[in-house]
Amino acid sequence: MKAVITVIGKDKIGIISKVTTVLSKEKVNILDISQTILQDYFTMLMLVDLTKLNISLNQLNNILNKEGKKVGVSVKIQHEDIFNAMHKL
Amino acid sequence: MNEFNKIMETIKMIEKENLDIRTITMGISLLDCCSSDGKESRQKIYDKITKKAENLVKVGNQIETKYGIPIINKRISVTPISLIAQASNDTNYVEYAKVIDKAAKTVGVDFIGGFSSLVQKGYSKGDKLLIDSIPQALYETEKLCSSVNIGDTKSGINMDAVKHMGEIIKKTAYLTRNNNSIGCAKLVVFSNAVEDNPFMAGAFHGVGEADSVINVGVSGPGVVKAALEKVKGESFDTVSETIKKTSFKITRAGQLVANEASKLLDVPFGILDLSLAPTPAVGDSVARILEEIGIENCGGHGTTAALALLNDAVKKGGIMASSHVGGLSGAFIPVSEDEGMINAVKAGSLNIEKLEAMTCVCSVGLDMIAIPGDTPSSTISAIIADEAAIGVINKKTTAVRIIPAYGKTAGDEIKFGGLLGKAPIMAVSKFSSENFIQRGGRIPAPVHSFKN
Repeated sequence: MKAVITVIGKDKIGIISKVTTVLSKEKVNILDISQTILQDYFTMLMLVDLTKLNISLNQLNNILNKEGKKVGVSVKIQHEDIFNAMHKL
Repeated sequence: MNEFNKIMETIKMIEKENLDIRTITMGISLLDCCSSDGKESRQKIYDKITKKAENLVKVGNQIETKYGIPIINKRISVTPISLIAQASNDTNYVEYAKVIDKAAKTVGVDFIGGFSSLVQKGYSKGDKLLIDSIPQALYETEKLCSSVNIGDTKSGINMDAVKHMGEIIKKTAYLTRNNNSIGCAKLVVFSNAVEDNPFMAGAFHGVGEADSVINVGVSGPGVVKAALEKVKGESFDTVSETIKKTSFKITRAGQLVANEASKLLDVPFGILDLSLAPTPAVGDSVARILEEIGIENCGGHGTTAALALLNDAVKKGGIMASSHVGGLSGAFIPVSEDEGMINAVKAGSLNIEKLEAMTCVCSVGLDMIAIPGDTPSSTISAIIADEAAIGVINKKTTAVRIIPAYGKTAGDEIKFGGLLGKAPIMAVSKFSSENFIQRGGRIPAPVHSFKN
């Protein structure tokens, strides 16, 4: 399954590294990354493939949240279908 | 990733504008749980609910994690208990209420609805017993919700039942007086009740429904308000289009959740209810949408027109986004559950008379309104009769969920907490309706032609 990871928070050194380290460890493949600074806020979207994920989605969610907090950002992972449903016919 | 803005729009709706799935409600038929032995019937009921809904909460939580959208409540609705319990020789149905409540607690749902009776034309043996059991049942349970249908467009209004329900509401308020008469918050009197409503307190599983079914209620007043903030000063055509587009997106999210829940639970999908359901949280209010449309304070002149537009546009946008729409599907205007409504009552812009007018153009009725504790039961019955008349004549569902808060007078405030919120006590007419209610009998079904 494909999912979208959103990382939002105050910009600082090491955010991408923190998140991607978790993803690499749990065998999540990153398909696309897009990043920008919106009103001083670091905003990153990643499209990822979870086919080889070696833990449950819930566990991944918890780890990402925990690691995100360490660098002061909020991390959210959502199945891509929620975005497709709301914005595509 | 050129979808950046669309993804951010969804994230913003969820994080900032309180977009959520209000409820996944599993309807369960108890028609196969009848028995001449009440105890045996109750065992069957308990076993069926706990088996069918065993995974409901777990699956709800799984879907919440998968799509990152909050699912606020998981609920169950069951066949109106008067139909099931009357096969037994019991003379009081409080034990049934307790068993259903216990089953709800076992599976961990937030509410269970269906301690209900359909008496639009008359009472069967079980209807009288069930209605008389309501006050004690609501006093002794926590999750149980109760509803009674006293009229419909094809049958007219059962004024004996209207009188009876005024008395039952007063009794319920008294029994639960130590808890702000909260029992009345879980008791709805309907006209034209629907059989697939996922929302409480009025949910029950109709006899025309499948053995079990998944109904979903979405929410999102905050999202509609935020969208309207971007079209300030523009014409009503734009307002309507904006609401439709927003409603479409909200409903698609609901449909996705409904499909997933139906698949994971292996229970057929029933309907999606398009109602805009507010919560007491700031930024989740239907009243604030009406104010955004241009009314200084909800209840001011123009409120009914604004609400009519809102209700219609929500349906138009939502209908295309879902394979099956049902339930109540409109805008809810509960007072205690809507921060803007509470504010409007306190500011003096909103009263019961205006709320009654508003119920002519939206679902569902006079909802979560606290009135003085010394209001006579005949006045409550008359309020029910007025509301039922609006529903019966206009072929729409209307309801009354009113709380005569024991020991409180106009201007006081009662707090329920959670989704039920807090309610300022609103004044009712001082003039008596006693002779009107004493008449009894039935108001005949209306003529369906010569509409004016």
